[in-house]
Amino acid sequence: MENLLNAVVLAANYLVIPATTYGCQIALGALGVTLIFSVLRFSNFAHGEMMSFGTMITIFTVWGLQAAGISIQPLSTALLALPVSIAATIAVTLLTDRWVYRFYRVRRVEPIIMVIVSAGLMFFFSGLTRFVIGPEDRNFDDGVRFIISAREFKERTGLAEGMSFRTTQAATIIVAVACVALLFWFLERTRTGKTMRAYADNEDLALLSGIDPEKVVMLAWTIAASLAAIAGTLYGMDKSYKPFVYQELLMPIFAAAIAGGFGNPLGAIAGGFLVAFSEVALTYPYKRLVSYLVPPSWQPDGLLQFLATDYKYAISFFILIIVLFTRPTGLLGKRSA
Amino acid sequence: MKRLALTVAISATLVTPALMTPAFGATIKLGLLLGFTGPLDSVAPTMLSAAELAVKEINDSGLLLDGSKLELVKADSTCIDANVAVTAADKVVTADHVDGIVGAMCSGASSAILQKVAIPNNVVMISPSATSPALSTIEDNGLFFRVSPSDARQGEVVAQMMYDRGIRSAALTYTNNDYGKGLSDSIQTNFKKLGGTITISAAHEDGKADYTADVAALAAAGGEILVVVGYPDQGGKGILQAAVDADAFGKFVLPDGLAVDSLMNVMGNSLNGSFGTLPGFGPNADKFKEIAAANGFKIGPYTGESYDDVALFALAMQAAKSSNSADYKDKIFEVANAPGTQIGPGELAKGLKILAEGGDVDYVGASSVELIGPGESAGNFRLIEVKDGKVVTVGGQAG
Repeated sequence: MENLLNAVVLAANYLVIPATTYGCQIALGALGVTLIFSVLRFSNFAHGEMMSFGTMITIFTVWGLQAAGISIQPLSTALLALPVSIAATIAVTLLTDRWVYRFYRVRRVEPIIMVIVSAGLMFFFSGLTRFVIGPEDRNFDDGVRFIISAREFKERTGLAEGMSFRTTQAATIIVAVACVALLFWFLERTRTGKTMRAYADNEDLALLSGIDPEKVVMLAWTIAASLAAIAGTLYGMDKSYKPFVYQELLMPIFAAAIAGGFGNPLGAIAGGFLVAFSEVALTYPYKRLVSYLVPPSWQPDGLLQFLATDYKYAISFFILIIVLFTRPTGLLGKRSA
Repeated sequence: MKRLALTVAISATLVTPALMTPAFGATIKLGLLLGFTGPLDSVAPTMLSAAELAVKEINDSGLLLDGSKLELVKADSTCIDANVAVTAADKVVTADHVDGIVGAMCSGASSAILQKVAIPNNVVMISPSATSPALSTIEDNGLFFRVSPSDARQGEVVAQMMYDRGIRSAALTYTNNDYGKGLSDSIQTNFKKLGGTITISAAHEDGKADYTADVAALAAAGGEILVVVGYPDQGGKGILQAAVDADAFGKFVLPDGLAVDSLMNVMGNSLNGSFGTLPGFGPNADKFKEIAAANGFKIGPYTGESYDDVALFALAMQAAKSSNSADYKDKIFEVANAPGTQIGPGELAKGLKILAEGGDVDYVGASSVELIGPGESAGNFRLIEVKDGKVVTVGGQAG
């Protein structure tokens, strides 16, 4: 019995909790990417930098709040700073749309041009954030780190294995669930949300029904920017903020969005968890887990690892290829016409 | 079209006078090739500040080769793409006509630039921070030097330290590049030689979103301690953080200055009992720290070495009375090693003066420069331990 408990705790500590948190972080990013794709019909490569920008604003606000002596201990000050960051990211994104994207949109350019424009903006914003805050690694989470730490868990339960659960992991999961619920309520239940879906489904028909396209576009950017600021801040709280890492985050995010079916919000979430769980589960060595579950004489010698951790990056691509081969429109994507 | 012609004419009139202003003394250009972008973009800024500080000190003294001025030509060696590094080096050598190259920052870029640019064009290179053992044996026509020690040496020191502390089995993870592979191989070989066991040696990628899986693999392999060869603001930190959070390992070996202030501020207390090495921290390190603080920058990895790098160029040129690579390349050993008056950080003017008067100097600098064998630093290591969240020096080990 104790062995079984140890196995469960071990799996939770190394597999379930980290992968769930990571999955939430990717899913929030993928939701933003997929939303822009369905409304504006192009892949927004600048999304990772929007997350980076939002996090940068969060950090500045946190510094300001800390200087003013305002805190919400034991929770992180960053949560208090989040609204400011969301507002700033929305403002910058809307200005970018006004000054850059709209120019191309009114000319009805090919989607590939928009993609290249967004790649250009990605470089612009990556330079901007480095210029303003610098390329260094920064920790801005000042809340209590653990809800329960692995050592505490061991002492309290007397088990051989420990399980840690961080405050930032809890915050990530709670905020992510709240965001997704809010987004789906908005898309499914409100009039504006329905307008947006209608526009995404069939632009011409929507225009004929009197939907103002500029409003829909602005709304899509507003939501994408909010999601980016939230995802960036949550990720930075959990790990740390370093512009280079945010640049690299784009890859699992796109893998998730594509695997889930580009343009499908539910798919983006599913894709996020698929990427996160396969990255963790395929590179996890099951030796210790198995040793709790089998009789001593069956103890494995090897690590029981499917793939060395070196191949972690490859997994996102591998999933992508398999999905594109078997279901070209993504796991939950529409059937291709 | 007319407007374009006009603009060209205006800018030409604006620019020409500046170009024609006669300079007092000649200008000696040094190429500065650091990884300003890419995975180590956070380390480059303090190295740049240190190099600029040395240049300022030399220029303010006005003593270099009858009032010549040093000028740095910055270029990006990226640390991740050797082709970009070679193109950048090619540009500073063939277009800017530099007389020497400070760099490159990383081992991979250094060997590529040496073979494709420095040797064909006969330009001296002094790297402040490349540590791969492979660079010790590379064919260099006497043009390549480094102020950093080879990791072959540091691996010995780290392995011995682990063994002396009674550790007989350890898991090891390293950052997946020339540097990480070199240092971890050296630790592994030396530790095995002493009779220890490495349970797993796994590479980790930098700049990744999540390191739980890496730590899980290391934990499953087991070991008394985890050796982390990596960067304090990259995968190295990510691994430590994930390992502490999951309580996978209680103690860590932190070689090659992984235990820097920025890391300690974040996770100090959870690293108590961990130990490791700090390279390039000879007796002058504290003095250089003050000088850096007075000039508005902090000490990071290889900051002192970058300062010493520029200083060595200036001193060797002064000793050879020429800024031509072919002339001064043989003087680098002379100014770096005894005999001669010892020159510390902040004393570059003194060194230049002694050389101008025909004397001899032994440049010690910020990182206690002592060149050995194929033109690399012998290396000074401080043995450190983390106590109460602070890095404490527990011993020294000269190269």
